[in-house]
Amino acid sequence: MNYQIDNKGYYGIFGGAFIPEMMHQNISELQNCYMEILESDSFKQEFKQLLTDYAGRPSPLYYSDRLSKQYKTHIYLKREDLNHTGSHKINNTIGQILLAKRLGKTRIIAETGAGQHGVATATVCARAGLKCIVYMGAIDVARQAPNVEKMKMLGAEVRPVESGSKTLKDATNEAIRDWINNPVDTHYIIGSVVGPHPYPDMVARFQSVISEEIRVQLKTKTGRETPDYVIACVGGGSNAAGAFYHFLNDPDVKLIAVEAAGKGVFSGESAATTQLGRPGILHGSRSLLMQTADGQVIEPYSISAGLDYPGIGPMHANLFATKRAVFLSATDEEALKAALYLSQKEGIIPALESAHALAALEMINFKTDDIVVVNISGRGDKDMETYLNYYQLIK
Amino acid sequence: MENRLTTLFTRKEKNILSIYFTAGFPNLNDTVTIIKELERNGADLIEIGIPFSDPVADGPVIQHSSEMALKNGMTIRVLFEQLKGIRRSVSIPLILMGYLNPVMQYGIDDFCRKCSEIGIDGTIIPDLPLEVYQEEYKEIFEKNSLSNIFLITPQTDDERIRKIDALSNGFIYMVSSSSTTGAKGSVDKEQITYFERVQSLRLNSRRLIGFGISDKTTFERASTFANGAIIGSAFINAIEGEISIEEKVNAFMQKFVKTSII
Ligand SMILES: Cc1ncc(COP(=O)(O)O)c(C=O)c1O
Repeated sequence: MNYQIDNKGYYGIFGGAFIPEMMHQNISELQNCYMEILESDSFKQEFKQLLTDYAGRPSPLYYSDRLSKQYKTHIYLKREDLNHTGSHKINNTIGQILLAKRLGKTRIIAETGAGQHGVATATVCARAGLKCIVYMGAIDVARQAPNVEKMKMLGAEVRPVESGSKTLKDATNEAIRDWINNPVDTHYIIGSVVGPHPYPDMVARFQSVISEEIRVQLKTKTGRETPDYVIACVGGGSNAAGAFYHFLNDPDVKLIAVEAAGKGVFSGESAATTQLGRPGILHGSRSLLMQTADGQVIEPYSISAGLDYPGIGPMHANLFATKRAVFLSATDEEALKAALYLSQKEGIIPALESAHALAALEMINFKTDDIVVVNISGRGDKDMETYLNYYQLIK
Repeated sequence: MENRLTTLFTRKEKNILSIYFTAGFPNLNDTVTIIKELERNGADLIEIGIPFSDPVADGPVIQHSSEMALKNGMTIRVLFEQLKGIRRSVSIPLILMGYLNPVMQYGIDDFCRKCSEIGIDGTIIPDLPLEVYQEEYKEIFEKNSLSNIFLITPQTDDERIRKIDALSNGFIYMVSSSSTTGAKGSVDKEQITYFERVQSLRLNSRRLIGFGISDKTTFERASTFANGAIIGSAFINAIEGEISIEEKVNAFMQKFVKTSII
């Protein structure tokens, strides 16, 4: 089985580039040249160097003694939270800013949910000396305030988006509209494995460094390159794509994708796309989509801004359809509990998004000799207000 | 292939006035009234918008009308129901314009068949790419005498314009500038360069210019570079408000009557 894109930009029946003509020039330019650029020696070298010296890679693979005891198995945490800017998002923005420079673009736009992608974009733009505009849903501007301040300090302009559900989906719409209005000088740094081809593949390649490192690190620590489980949360799916990438063709590695169930999958306030969605088209690709019978996109809900999205990347839709990955979901409550648990047992405060992956540990029956890798996609600084409100409530 | 659209273009060469509105706005059941009033007031063709929750190619005005229309309960099913007997009273070409997802969920085959039953002459689906249309949809559209209309923009190179020309059997929708719908402004030098570039290609298809056409002046100016022009956001703005929908459509159209009658 091949889980990568075919030569037309599809993962099985998912993917493609369903874009208005106004985006054709930019998207076809990317399609035509992204592989050549990514494969060039100068790009590879620059990318690798920045990941090392600037982002602080490789991120550690940490054996969690206490989680392992609790779940009676062997649990490793992939510490993407220790990257510069505090999440996996920097892997992709470093790659895309190098690409944008090679394309001669001078203005960068991005969408952001949790603000992690916005911060990671603002960061690389500051370094590259490029103008940066970040679209962020008005609700997310409020619930991820520290990241908004960071983006501003880094010199980016944050534009709150008031349309629709005022979250990630709408921020993405607004970024697309910006690109339509500024096609010549602007590159759009999409923050996840979503959007028209080649974005899903390109972002997955930039994030694939996560699983590339896991293989090497596991080998050193256990003598085995492959774990029994890789667990990651899925908003659009970029950290999961990166954590799964080099294990896709190892059928013995169980890939666990964890979606946000919000207040419960069937509560009407959820973002569990694979359970609630059908094939549909949003933001330029065919994938699974939460929608009404008439094809209107349903506004999702999750306490975690980074998972509050009504779709998933086409690669994941295909992993779901082919059953290569197992999709679970964790509620707000389960994620909050898991975040508190990791904080108090290991001294690591995870991002709310990553806490969804941790919550899945409760849902799986591990064998005592299993090797389990959980991707800690980011750190929890941005979520402190949400955490404090919740923990005061349960005290 | 022949339909009311192709007939219109053999009959009329210049100053073709096309009006876009979002079905279900300002009120759910205004659709048929708006169409009749537009025809009575001299519109040459009408683009009926199917609202979508995430209209990425649209500016604030059409975003707003789409949101209101959805709140009012507009769906493809409701629209088809409203348009059922439209050909008893309306004879100008009618085009449906909407994003791909709602059409896909309705079912492409059923959608095309229903369009043909009602007497719809064409479609504009901005996020349906040329290549996908060609491979998967062309046959079924043409079987139902539907002209699918493609957009070109200042970014579209000559080779691609020729490809689009060859695939078009209605008209080519020339997006006037690099923008979403509703951009304001006059016709500037850069646009004229683009309009003249397209003119010089001597295409087979008729061309209508859209996006940013807001009044008689911009309409007339744009019409000198093509077979006519399309008005969307300006019309939507004009039909929101308290007075009756007939009066609002009339008042707006009076400003164009002189130019749209040869
Ligand atoms: C820490 C963290 N993890 C995960 C996500 C979700 O994105 P993705 O599914 O693309 O990894 C985000 C998004 O903002 C994030 O900030």
